[in-house]
Amino acid sequence: MTGALALKRAAPSLASGQAVRFAPRAAGCWLVTALCVGLPVAAAAQQVVFEGGAVPAPLTAVPADATRGKIVFVQREKGHCILCHALPDPEVRFAGNVGPPLAGIGSRLSAAQLRGRIVDPTQDEPDSVMPAYYRTSNLNRVARPYASRTVLSAQDIEDVIAYLLTLR
Amino acid sequence: MIRHLALLTLALGACTSVAPIRNIAEPRSGVTFTSNDIRKLQNDDAANPGMLWVEQGKALWRAGVEGAGVDNKSCASCHGDAEQAMRGVAARYPVYDAAAGNILNLEGRINQCRVHRQHAEPLRYESEGLLALTSYVAHQSRGMPIQASIDGPARPHFEAGQAHYVTRQGQLNLSCAHCHERNWGKMLLAEPISQGQSNGFPAYRLEWQGLGSLHRRLRACQFGIRAERSAAGSQELLDLELYLAWRANGLPVEAPGVRR
Ligand code: HEC
Ligand code: HEC
Ligand code: HEC
Repeated sequence: MTGALALKRAAPSLASGQAVRFAPRAAGCWLVTALCVGLPVAAAAQQVVFEGGAVPAPLTAVPADATRGKIVFVQREKGHCILCHALPDPEVRFAGNVGPPLAGIGSRLSAAQLRGRIVDPTQDEPDSVMPAYYRTSNLNRVARPYASRTVLSAQDIEDVIAYLLTLR
Repeated sequence: MIRHLALLTLALGACTSVAPIRNIAEPRSGVTFTSNDIRKLQNDDAANPGMLWVEQGKALWRAGVEGAGVDNKSCASCHGDAEQAMRGVAARYPVYDAAAGNILNLEGRINQCRVHRQHAEPLRYESEGLLALTSYVAHQSRGMPIQASIDGPARPHFEAGQAHYVTRQGQLNLSCAHCHERNWGKMLLAEPISQGQSNGFPAYRLEWQGLGSLHRRLRACQFGIRAERSAAGSQELLDLELYLAWRANGLPVEAPGVRR
């Protein structure tokens, strides 16, 4: 299946030197995640081609950085995947459990499968409870500051994939 | 067997007055997902910070409205003692009102009295005055089971609220049901997800450092999934409120609730 998601735009205002926050903030902090985020800067839109639920082609040509990928995974202003997924990492003290723990995920899923899952989980699982991190079409009442922007940039996604592949 | 079931479903579907079935047959209040400290605060009137709004509402109930063209009648001058007159009222709301041609929640009903009986300006949604009166009136039903009706002209509003509830929204592309029906009891980072029941509102939230309406809470959930927020008091949120009240039928009114 060739789902072309209208894409996106995003060169991160990146990152080196940003501190990783491992502990949750004050009560109910997920709610505030939204508007305090540095929004990505627009870049050229690109097409994503799905094969089944997977996306074989990397979204960028830049080599992926697993260290930065962990920051994307943990940080509130980025993927904040720890809202729903536990990690086998003693530095991560709090994590949610809406999604499965991701220990060993690097030996269970390929880069292409991980990319598909993060770009748009509904391609594989129509009723997925996970956000689509690189999709801008067919969304409903997106708040103005986020309209036609993806949650993560292409490079964020490549980096987080590289990080997940280290979890074996 | 499966064919028969399918036929039965069709037959039921054809008859529009079929009673809808709740996904959560035995609802659980949001307070049961909070800490001991919060439960204690809610249950102790001397400590529950929401009681300040209830007290303020009591004073407003007795006071008239001053100003040009205004009928200087207090709520009490028509309704008498709220402890009797308002007992059980909040448990039935929102209700369909023929004069308004719409459903009214408690805030809407109070403002209807402000405008039509006191000839005063309506109180702004989320204003301290409206929060206080709403809390005071709702408090008179504390402990009584919610019994919202979705019959008759309320039904299309219920259905609109239900449609809103199950539709994905926002940049994070989640529906209310994804969190509050499929994942209640799980953790979002360090915060337990409740069933998202409405029986605790108006509620004092520690995060707000104040008391807020149900609509404020719903807007916070929309904000969290990066969705366009519906205006407080809007038709969308009224319809959603009716759906939530039906979902919560049987749970005790807690006003004023206390939440994180
Ligand atoms: C709102 C909760 C939520 C968030 C936030 C979330 N996920 Fe998920 N994730 C899920 C759920 C639930 C599943 C299980 C299947 C489903 O419903 O889609 C899942 C499944 C997965 C899987 C497949 C696991 C397996 O064993 O097959 C991967 C990989 C994954 N998520 C990665 C991520 C990454 C990376 C992020 C952050 C960029 C993220 N998730 C953010 C809820 C979430
Ligand atoms: C990403 C998950 C998520 C989504 C989606 C979500 N909520 Fe919530 N909601 C929460 C969290 C977390 C809380 C605070 C803790 C709790 O009570 O569940 C909350 C609280 C609530 C409460 C207050 C419950 C109480 O007792 O204090 C209501 C009512 C509610 N949500 C309704 C909704 C509605 C209606 C929608 C859809 C517009 C919605 N929520 C979407 C996570 C979510
Ligand atoms: C001039 C008399 C009058 C005043 C003043 C008045 N009301 Fe009313 N109120 C009524 C009447 C009459 C009804 C019944 C309305 C109906 O059924 O259409 C009513 C209905 C209500 C109801 C709904 C009761 C139910 O069983 O559904 C509430 C709540 C209420 N009033 C609150 C207030 C508050 C709060 C105030 C002061 C801000 C107030 N009223 C001031 C006459 C008044």
